[in-house]
Amino acid sequence: MAVEKLLAAKPDRHTAISSSGRRRLKLPLQIRAAEAVDLVAVIALDERITGVNKREYWDEMFARYGKIRPKGGFFLVAESGDRKSHGRVLGFIIGEVRAWEFGSAPCGWVFALSVAPEARLHGVGEALFEALSAEFKNAGVNKMRTMVARDNRLTLMFFRGEGMMAGPYIELEKDID
Amino acid sequence: MKLQIASHLAIYALLELAAQPERQLSVAEIGQKYDISSHHLAKVMNVLGRAKMVRAVRGAGGGYQFAGNARRITLLEVIQLFEDLGDVRSEPGGSRDSTAEGRALRQILGEIDDITRATLGSITIVTMLKLVDRKRAKGPARLQPSRSVDAESV
Repeated sequence: MAVEKLLAAKPDRHTAISSSGRRRLKLPLQIRAAEAVDLVAVIALDERITGVNKREYWDEMFARYGKIRPKGGFFLVAESGDRKSHGRVLGFIIGEVRAWEFGSAPCGWVFALSVAPEARLHGVGEALFEALSAEFKNAGVNKMRTMVARDNRLTLMFFRGEGMMAGPYIELEKDID
Repeated sequence: MKLQIASHLAIYALLELAAQPERQLSVAEIGQKYDISSHHLAKVMNVLGRAKMVRAVRGAGGGYQFAGNARRITLLEVIQLFEDLGDVRSEPGGSRDSTAEGRALRQILGEIDDITRATLGSITIVTMLKLVDRKRAKGPARLQPSRSVDAESV
């Protein structure tokens, strides 16, 4: 897979100099397609973050994006390459190419992203995002979209930091009487 | 949306300092780049200093240094040091605002306030610096000659 090539080339711990000049320690990582054995860790991580166990949902997500690996669908995990926690799932991201919804030309939708709290600010989310972005590019799309709750400041800051801007669509909803 | 000029100056100064946090710049040096009076900028820097976003460096070659966390300081936090963005729903309404029409209008204006806050609250100084780099890479913008700059409210 393209993502494995992308990150396997630099598995060592390294530092990156941010725009602010601060050095951020990046964890040694491998980004790869999710496998069935990762599901337990994915479900546990999601439950830690959201407080809800959604086993059936994640089984379905894996069946749809992990197992058959459809063209344009990607379920990636970030696995620790650190000696102490080698192989531990530190985060995951899911996305797929969608076309012509509401007239939109094919684009990559990011609809799940989670990073273990203790692994945050070490480049895990960024590596997952970049890997998914590379997959979308290989799939022939040049735009990514996502949707974030207005009050989810941390996630909004993350996506903004990755260069995402307001898009041409406005999300609307209504209570069904 | 329009911001007070002090908010603009504060954002420019923070971007200038955070781009090279080990460097110190005088008010005159920052002011020169953005064509701002040192007097006006000095007042803004005092406010940023009290908020611990910048640090004054005394002595020869003194000036200001960035002192905050550029990954956490957002545009919203900077702007709120200088102005109240307000929220139409928290303002006391007159009798016409309590009508169904008034409440419907307040709901729509409240949506706009929420989006404004969410947007400004999600853009950190680091994100702005990345955006600046991308703009710089694309080359200079063509200014629209019909737009004029209002000194009180840019």
